[in-house]
Amino acid sequence: MSSYKHFIVAALSISAISVSSPAALQCAPVPDSVTLNPNGKLYSPFTFNHAKHIQSIKECADCHHHTTGTLVLAPNCARCHQNSSPTAVVSCKGCHLAAPFSPETLAAKRADKQRYHLDKMGLKGAMHQNCIGCHNKLGNGPTGCQDCHPRTKEGAAFYSTNRKGAKPAHAEEE
Amino acid sequence: MKRRNFLKACLIGGTTIALGKTNKGWASGSFEGYPEAMGVLVDTTRCIGCRSCEAACNKEQKLPEPDTSFDDPSVFEHDRRPTAKAYTVVNRYQKEQPSGPVYRKVQCNHCNEPACLTSCFVNAYTKTKEGAVIYNSKVCVGCRNCMIACPFNAPGYDYDSATNPIVKKCILCYDTRLKYGKPPACVEICPQEALTFGHRADLIKLAHERIRATPDRYVDHVYGEKEVGGTSWLYLAPVGFDKLGFDTTLSNDPIISNVKDFLGMVPMVLSIWPALFSGIHLLCKNQEHDGHGHDTDSNQEDTKP
Ligand code: SF4
Ligand code: SF4
Repeated sequence: MSSYKHFIVAALSISAISVSSPAALQCAPVPDSVTLNPNGKLYSPFTFNHAKHIQSIKECADCHHHTTGTLVLAPNCARCHQNSSPTAVVSCKGCHLAAPFSPETLAAKRADKQRYHLDKMGLKGAMHQNCIGCHNKLGNGPTGCQDCHPRTKEGAAFYSTNRKGAKPAHAEEE
Repeated sequence: MKRRNFLKACLIGGTTIALGKTNKGWASGSFEGYPEAMGVLVDTTRCIGCRSCEAACNKEQKLPEPDTSFDDPSVFEHDRRPTAKAYTVVNRYQKEQPSGPVYRKVQCNHCNEPACLTSCFVNAYTKTKEGAVIYNSKVCVGCRNCMIACPFNAPGYDYDSATNPIVKKCILCYDTRLKYGKPPACVEICPQEALTFGHRADLIKLAHERIRATPDRYVDHVYGEKEVGGTSWLYLAPVGFDKLGFDTTLSNDPIISNVKDFLGMVPMVLSIWPALFSGIHLLCKNQEHDGHGHDTDSNQEDTKP
């Protein structure tokens, strides 16, 4: 956990962050918990227990790629990044766009002929694949949608869970 | 194949006799699709079968309530195909594999050279420059040639609407989203980014790049790049496409090549259709068989429901 200094304030803006311990002035504090999906319509916001994940995972880079901590080992990334120092950006949102397929994003991609990371995932996809992928791999984390975030009333209507004869997969009483 | 043979028999039989060959110059496979056409790359290795895309489509297209909720996994027990009430469905394959099941979203693939379009007598279908294949329910006469012609079984038929029976299928959210450059509703909601929206040409590059970067993850084929002349929906898969319910016997030639003989007469039929149809109707109703031209007429008749 030597690389907390790389957690930069500006970058830590995934969403509302509740900070429990103050850190050195020029360094961003490492949040113990992060509120994800703060403006969720179909699914409620939920609290991601960052502290717990730090304890059990140990390697920041397992989630934060080459942004912090250990050097990247994934062969595809290492081709370019094996000697890269951690980048300043730490939060998922710092790289992964919330609207990866918006007309603006697509136009920007087309205009930038030098762009290398063309296939960079959007924010929602990156987080879900990171979370669900790891939970699946380790076999000890939640993988169902509502295991992490319960549906709102609107969400239940959207998925038609409340209609007669409907059989919700994750029986959810609201 | 059988369906198309049927189509050929029905349509070419009647129309070539009536009008002879055309010289409209449809060269098979010559059309690469509109250069600015958009598309969707479906990465089946990412899909978790949450069916959010089905729910999003239902809301966006204002389709009727589903029979069971969109998180009812029992639907995976049978293969489903799109219907007039569900323009997209997710099916599950390879459930017995240790690597886990593979899910595949199915919808109209928005062909570069759509068989539905070419089979339609009244020009109800349009291939837009954005890549979507849309249809005009106002001119549709409900003959269902498109359902027979489509190699992917995409169009569904709304039997409930007696006054205005209409063929229905995915239109890539053309009216509400694609027209404005926005991704379709299914793409936007997908939590796994199993669906990638973009320019079709870029998506093909992207797909091959994914295969190249992680060759263990994918079979080396992008379904829809070439099939039936190319489609706007493209697929990546971890196992042979035949194992995921894809028709791997389709040729790279557009279906249009099989039926091009009758295409040139479409506008003409459009103008003579009402007369033609009522004529046939009268013939069948009032006359005993054995009349001259019976073959031609009955062939035409076959194309109606
Ligand atoms: S998939 Fe079928 S309905 Fe869709 S464009 Fe192609 S032929 Fe037409
Ligand atoms: S929303 Fe995405 S992950 Fe869910 S079933 Fe549809 S394609 Fe698969």
